[in-house]
Amino acid sequence: MTTTNTLQQNESGLSPQQMRHMRNALLLGLRYIALIVLALLFLFPIVWSALNSLKPPAEALAVPPTYFPTQIVLDNYIELTTFGRVGVMQHVWNSAIVSLLTVVGTIILSTLGGYGFARFHFRGKNLLFIMVLSTLMIPFQSILIPLFVMLSNIDLHNSLFGLALVYITFQLPFGIFLMRNSFLAVPQEIEESALLDGCTSISVLYRMMLRLVLPGVVTVAIYAFINSWNEFLAALIFMTNQNNFTLPIFLTNVRSGLYGIIDWGALQAGVVVSIIPSLVIFLLLQRYYMNGLMGGAVKS
Amino acid sequence: MTASLSLQRLSWEQRRKLTGILFVLPTVLFVSVFFIIPLLMTFTMSFFDWPLFGDHTFIGLDNYTSLTTDRQFLKSIEFTARYTLLVTPPIFILGFILASLVRHSIPGIGIFRTIFFMPVVIGLGVSSLLWVWLLNDQVGIINKIMLDLGIVEKAQLFMARPDSAMAVIIVSVVWKTVGFTMILLLAGLQAIPDELYESAEVDGAGYFHKLRFITLPLMRRTIALALILSVIGSVLSFDQFYIMTGGGPRNSTISVVYWIFNNSFTYFKMGYGAAMSIVLLVILVLLSAVQFYLLRDNT
Repeated sequence: MTTTNTLQQNESGLSPQQMRHMRNALLLGLRYIALIVLALLFLFPIVWSALNSLKPPAEALAVPPTYFPTQIVLDNYIELTTFGRVGVMQHVWNSAIVSLLTVVGTIILSTLGGYGFARFHFRGKNLLFIMVLSTLMIPFQSILIPLFVMLSNIDLHNSLFGLALVYITFQLPFGIFLMRNSFLAVPQEIEESALLDGCTSISVLYRMMLRLVLPGVVTVAIYAFINSWNEFLAALIFMTNQNNFTLPIFLTNVRSGLYGIIDWGALQAGVVVSIIPSLVIFLLLQRYYMNGLMGGAVKS
Repeated sequence: MTASLSLQRLSWEQRRKLTGILFVLPTVLFVSVFFIIPLLMTFTMSFFDWPLFGDHTFIGLDNYTSLTTDRQFLKSIEFTARYTLLVTPPIFILGFILASLVRHSIPGIGIFRTIFFMPVVIGLGVSSLLWVWLLNDQVGIINKIMLDLGIVEKAQLFMARPDSAMAVIIVSVVWKTVGFTMILLLAGLQAIPDELYESAEVDGAGYFHKLRFITLPLMRRTIALALILSVIGSVLSFDQFYIMTGGGPRNSTISVVYWIFNNSFTYFKMGYGAAMSIVLLVILVLLSAVQFYLLRDNT
């Protein structure tokens, strides 16, 4: 095999090494071309949505559409603020409140719970741990009906706080799994001396351990934020009062013409507003996000 | 002296036990109240006629027997299965191509990985809204491009026909989710030692030979994971149909979750919706069982 290769290469008048270099350079070039073409295709929907949102409102409604804005204005974004009954800022605020409550709640509960499951021993611990993790296998879509009934009974349906409670629960299996592993990765000797010195468990957790498991906390927070900011079905079901709509639900109503004729420019502006937070957090904290993905993949 | 010491130690251990229980208690409460109890309630509700207002009446298995004659339910199962079968291959194949392209650390590769992954962090609801505009027959840029390139003669109403609606929804979902599959497969690819490929090359193995005898066998678990996660996501799909087609045309794009949603929260037949949820649950548990089987450690 090797001999035939050498023969072929000699015919072209190049040394085998030169041949290999040329072949590799060619392959690398092709790889970059494929990457660039695909990257442009992937960026296209987001870029054109953003461009459309910057057109003057009349141009955004033009049939057929223009490729590029004739002038760049923020009118669509300004128009969006008076949209619907309460204006879009209310819905951005609703989404932000729910997401922040979810993030804070998930961090507190997963840190406490993860520490409890990692470092303490009591009867039934493994059973409880399995119970928490097993909810990962059950689609939340199948429990939304009783959740709706339950929340209605305690007057928490239609409440952003109630929605956050549900979101926290959905985030907990992942949060507990990740935080437990983070705590297990910290050498036990570090806390033992502090505990023997008479520090309480909660102050050890708060003063020493939290700093050491911070990457895990950041990962849990990112997922809690992005998932609750983006969630659609539960918010659609639980929020029946228009004033409490989260951003995606509000935008769906803009699109279905609930607030009059579909204003495409304003809709694209809304889409951009709702994409930005997740995208910025992901771009800034990509490393933590990917760690979570790998942690999650290993678990399954 | 010794007695008091052991008492102290014992109480310290008990205190520790108690602390541990207190630490996990909030999580256990949340999961019990907002997950386990609703799960049990789904079961009980499925045996009741349960309207939003008014009395609930126990009707035994009636909801389940009604299911077997509910044509739209059977249609929604068939539709969901068809959608899953159609959307999974493109996600996997494109995911594999992308993973192979971004595998080696050549200059700038991080930017490409980020670009391919970006749509994953956008919500499916919002990405569907984005595509609704892109695909619109009047103001949409895709029709404009196709007209200008002469691919079509007049603007296409993609959502007006079941086949084209399915096709464009698949395109939008592939765009939104393929980055996730890419990252999973990338991790699997990078776990394969380079020496294996090098020695195969010495033996004169070509690309497809290496793919078949090295890459695919060694990535069996990763591939199974990527496929099963994508299948589970597709079986549970709702947002894209609700937003992009509203279930139309002529109820042809109603997924199982969509039909559960309609029955429970539009017609308020919640007991009936619960029975359908149980069917969905069984399907998902079976899929999880398949997942465990495929991901088992032996071999």
